Amino acid sequence: MPSPRYDGIWDALASVRDPELDEPITELGFVREAEVRDGRASVRLRLPTYFCAPNFAYLMVADAHDAVRAVAGVVAADVRLEDHFASDEINAGVAEGAGFAGSFPGEAHGGLEELRLTFRRKAYLASLDRLGTRLTAEGGQPVRLGLGDVPESPELAGLLRRRAELGLDCSPRSPLLLDEYGEPIRAEQATLRLRFARAVRVSIEGNAGFCRGLLHTRYPESAADER
Amino acid sequence: MYEKDGQRYFIVDGHIHFWDARPSNQANRYGEGFINCFYDYHRNLSPESEVWSLEDFWWQSEERILHDLFEVGYVDKAIFQPTYLTDFYVNGFNTTEQDGALAEKHPDKFIVNGAWDPRDGEEGLDRLQALAERWSLKGVKLYTAEWKGASKGWKLSDPWSYRYLEKCQELGIRNIHVHKGPTIYPLNRDAFDVADVDEAASAFPDLRFVVEHCGLPRLEDFCWIATQEPNVYAGLAVALPFIHTRPRYFAQIIGELLYWLDENRITFASDYAIWTPKWLIERFVDFQIPEDMRGEYGEITVEVKKKILGLNVARLYDIPVPPELDVTDVHAGSGEPVASGPKAPA
Repeated sequence: MPSPRYDGIWDALASVRDPELDEPITELGFVREAEVRDGRASVRLRLPTYFCAPNFAYLMVADAHDAVRAVAGVVAADVRLEDHFASDEINAGVAEGAGFAGSFPGEAHGGLEELRLTFRRKAYLASLDRLGTRLTAEGGQPVRLGLGDVPESPELAGLLRRRAELGLDCSPRSPLLLDEYGEPIRAEQATLRLRFARAVRVSIEGNAGFCRGLLHTRYPESAADER
Repeated sequence: MYEKDGQRYFIVDGHIHFWDARPSNQANRYGEGFINCFYDYHRNLSPESEVWSLEDFWWQSEERILHDLFEVGYVDKAIFQPTYLTDFYVNGFNTTEQDGALAEKHPDKFIVNGAWDPRDGEEGLDRLQALAERWSLKGVKLYTAEWKGASKGWKLSDPWSYRYLEKCQELGIRNIHVHKGPTIYPLNRDAFDVADVDEAASAFPDLRFVVEHCGLPRLEDFCWIATQEPNVYAGLAVALPFIHTRPRYFAQIIGELLYWLDENRITFASDYAIWTPKWLIERFVDFQIPEDMRGEYGEITVEVKKKILGLNVARLYDIPVPPELDVTDVHAGSGEPVASGPKAPA
């Protein structure tokens, strides 16, 4: 893993998350190389399999490109995905700013905003389960709580960040139990809906673990650990 | 048949292949990439003692298959699930004909499934009829991410898919195995989305939809659908090997499946030759939900394991089960949705 010594470039890449796994690409081991020379950033990304879905891959390459370009002193960015069936299309599309549909002419209807939104909603539900699990373990009861009643915790911070990303109500008086569309979850529905949030969390965390494992199998030198 | 601690288990492996991924059959870099991807799955999730060389993984001889499945693998009956991939492999990766040749030599051991692709239109419907007659099909395997020229996949909800499902119904093919792969048209949508299974399962209540690898990586969406559609089943291919590398995660998967579905709709699958049944079966019979998770998921009983390892698939394919290997309370699916929440967002 590259050491975070490059003028902010590693921090910039750490702000890029795998939309499907909801974790920073730096922590997943997806960044093989990142450096800046004379204001020119060079980034090489790698993924767990040759056939990883091209839409998520595109989002990560494009987000990495944007994040790196925004670093003070960087005047140009060369961000490339390696060893992927659609590397060429993705790399060229991102470099030219063609957008997803422009990178895959005739194969995509429009951009990836809806896809991103879908996975942000999933990420939010998973964070709701993490917080709910903590509250229950501490003898609390998530139902009928307001956000302001919830004690500080890393799980609360994670939930708030994802809620804000979705543009959902984050005020202290808003109910803790909001669904992924911002609608309050009724008390009689809470058990089932929280049970589903649990399934979402199991799914996302399981996928992330599998991806880490596959990445390590594919690139034994990668430092992505199987957590 | 597998025996342990005085309990005997009838084993049906619901998902096996007889593939040819040797370089001589690889049509292009995609064929090479595809088998390498499988090989990484194999290397990542198998116990060290079970890891093969890439050469061994490319292709298995008839002798090896018989050995791995029946001589040492405890399998009583195995179901071939074809994957054509003719854009990646010169003669196809694992076709009905390849599988069928082996099944015909050993009719007591194998069941062969067919396949179809809605993009083949009318011609494909005729082919399906011929295939069904030739192989007495009771099931088909559908690979929605199959590339075909410019197209990168299809959906079960496509109008032509419905034509084929109608045809299946007409031909008495009731078991529809659905496999989601990583690329699908249009590319901007989630390729693993299982919403189309929901629609098809509602539209064809007499068919059974066995979703391979239980919807992974979309386990939650799969569970949400399966809890509402009594004719949706979970195939354990890919999920089961986690029992070795990540037993706690496996406990969560099986726990979620048992919560949202029931024990009559979960089916054993090795995905041979990605993994071999021997170690999977041994581990699964020895498996128990870790103590600290039992408050949430309960325990897995011997009866449930018997159903998952063979009895459930036997019921779908009318495979006779020796009475001494059956369980007493077997029933044909609860038919009752566990939960009836609002429709999951598509």
